[in-house]
Amino acid sequence: MVLIFVELDNGSIKKTSLEAVAYGAAVAKASGTTATALAIGTADATELAKAGAYGATKVLHANAAELANENAMAYASVLAAAVKNENAEVVILPKSGLCDAMGARTAAKLGASIVSGVTELPDVSNGFKVTRSIYTGKAFATVDVKGSVKILGIKKNAIEAVEGTGSATVEAFTPALNNGDFVAKVTGQEKASGELSLTEADIIVSGGRGMKGPDNWQPLLDLASALGAATGCSKPVSDLDWRPHHEHIGQTGIKVAPNLYIACGISGAIQHLAGVNSSKVIVAINKDPEAPFFKAADYGIVGDVFDILPRLTKAVKDAK
Amino acid sequence: MKILVCITNVPDTTAKISFTDNNTKLNKAGVQYIIGPYDDYALARAVELKEQQGGSITVLNVGEAESDPQIRKALAIGADDAVRVNAEPTDSYFTATQIAAIAKEGGYDLILMGRESIDFNSGVVHGLVGEMLGIPSFSPVMKLDIEGSTAKFAREIEGGKEFLEAPLPLVLGCQEPIAEWKIPNMRGIMTARTKPLKVVEPVAVGDMATLDQYTLPAPKGACKMIPADQAETLISLLKTEAKVL
Repeated sequence: MVLIFVELDNGSIKKTSLEAVAYGAAVAKASGTTATALAIGTADATELAKAGAYGATKVLHANAAELANENAMAYASVLAAAVKNENAEVVILPKSGLCDAMGARTAAKLGASIVSGVTELPDVSNGFKVTRSIYTGKAFATVDVKGSVKILGIKKNAIEAVEGTGSATVEAFTPALNNGDFVAKVTGQEKASGELSLTEADIIVSGGRGMKGPDNWQPLLDLASALGAATGCSKPVSDLDWRPHHEHIGQTGIKVAPNLYIACGISGAIQHLAGVNSSKVIVAINKDPEAPFFKAADYGIVGDVFDILPRLTKAVKDAK
Repeated sequence: MKILVCITNVPDTTAKISFTDNNTKLNKAGVQYIIGPYDDYALARAVELKEQQGGSITVLNVGEAESDPQIRKALAIGADDAVRVNAEPTDSYFTATQIAAIAKEGGYDLILMGRESIDFNSGVVHGLVGEMLGIPSFSPVMKLDIEGSTAKFAREIEGGKEFLEAPLPLVLGCQEPIAEWKIPNMRGIMTARTKPLKVVEPVAVGDMATLDQYTLPAPKGACKMIPADQAETLISLLKTEAKVL
């Protein structure tokens, strides 16, 4: 049996989690078994049943009041209980901070193999082999996963999630909770509201020092808004406090894998490229024709971002 | 306060990656090795905490003798002693098991490491170690203060940050801006030579995930340049050619 953890955002299943369901369903099909999803937190049954359209036949829903915060330790206990309850042999999680943390603790609880950053469906013809991204996207490794329980963290775009017509039953799941998982107190949160998440976004528009200052971001935000894109930035920009740290994309920031990444006024230092090299299509806009980003990009424009960005925004709006 | 800082020995960020032995081994020729950048943040904060509150820092690496220069660098930056588990790390579970075995013996108040290594990028070792030790683990931590037996810290979450308090002991995966990287000074480099570096053999772990083969991404095609005065054509190309809009 394949068990897939689906991450919720304000009661909705995240897009990367629907990909995880599609991935889990494909693994289940190849192994001649079924796929069950596990959701933790508040969501209504209609929303959870959506996992059925991506291949799950059942959704387990754990919704105790204590699980209202995204507490990776408590989530891991619930996931481990679900693995045992369902006799799951393969566990799929989307790649995210929460999922990495809960996947790790679940693996240690169960003595399970854990492989993170998986980019393709497994080869189950001879053992259980998966390919994963390593060296920050500069290479891949194929590993033979040997544990009797296998936990896989899959990267965005590891599979195309196509919505089908299947349906899933939703069942309440109420494992005993462990007090030890709640020793940490959340004392506060600072979170931008209404922002599109960088790890979920299909399109990202990102700015570098070429934007020349924190007050010049509007043309970039306008293009992002027209495209329905998330916004990111390079390390110097977040170091200079032009943009918040959670927008920093790169080796030491967030690693992203959108369908389209548009880099505006970013030279393309190797540390930044390491954070974006899993993008399907990369566009670089820079006034320096020698900017290294042009070597990594699929499309490039040599020019002034302050001239080009408004024209691109207008072209996007005109095309709608 | 006893702090254990776990460091990785990894190729420099700018290293060109290639493989040998029928794509089963990293080609180490010409590759410069460094302390994992995130581990450097963990070490820097540990040194600051020791300066403020006293105590000791043990640096731990799971790796072969080629890690020793990086371990000596960590000692020069401010760690008091070091342990190297003499084994090539094979997967996250193996590495975490080794760290947990050392940590159990040492009775550490705080176990710090980077949020991930920059070679295998798994980001799961801190969680594995926390669960193996039966203590809390959090990542990625970007601010950390210790008050008595309580850690007050902030970790990055999607779209912002979360502030937490938890009792010691605990395991934290660190990232910037928890501290400024520290560069060893001459006195540190000299004293590092005399600080103890204990080499121990690994504890046994069953095969959890074994490497089959490495591959490199397909080479990138040339960038299609669009003249600035025709910038608008980019949007139609992204629609009709790249099919991403």
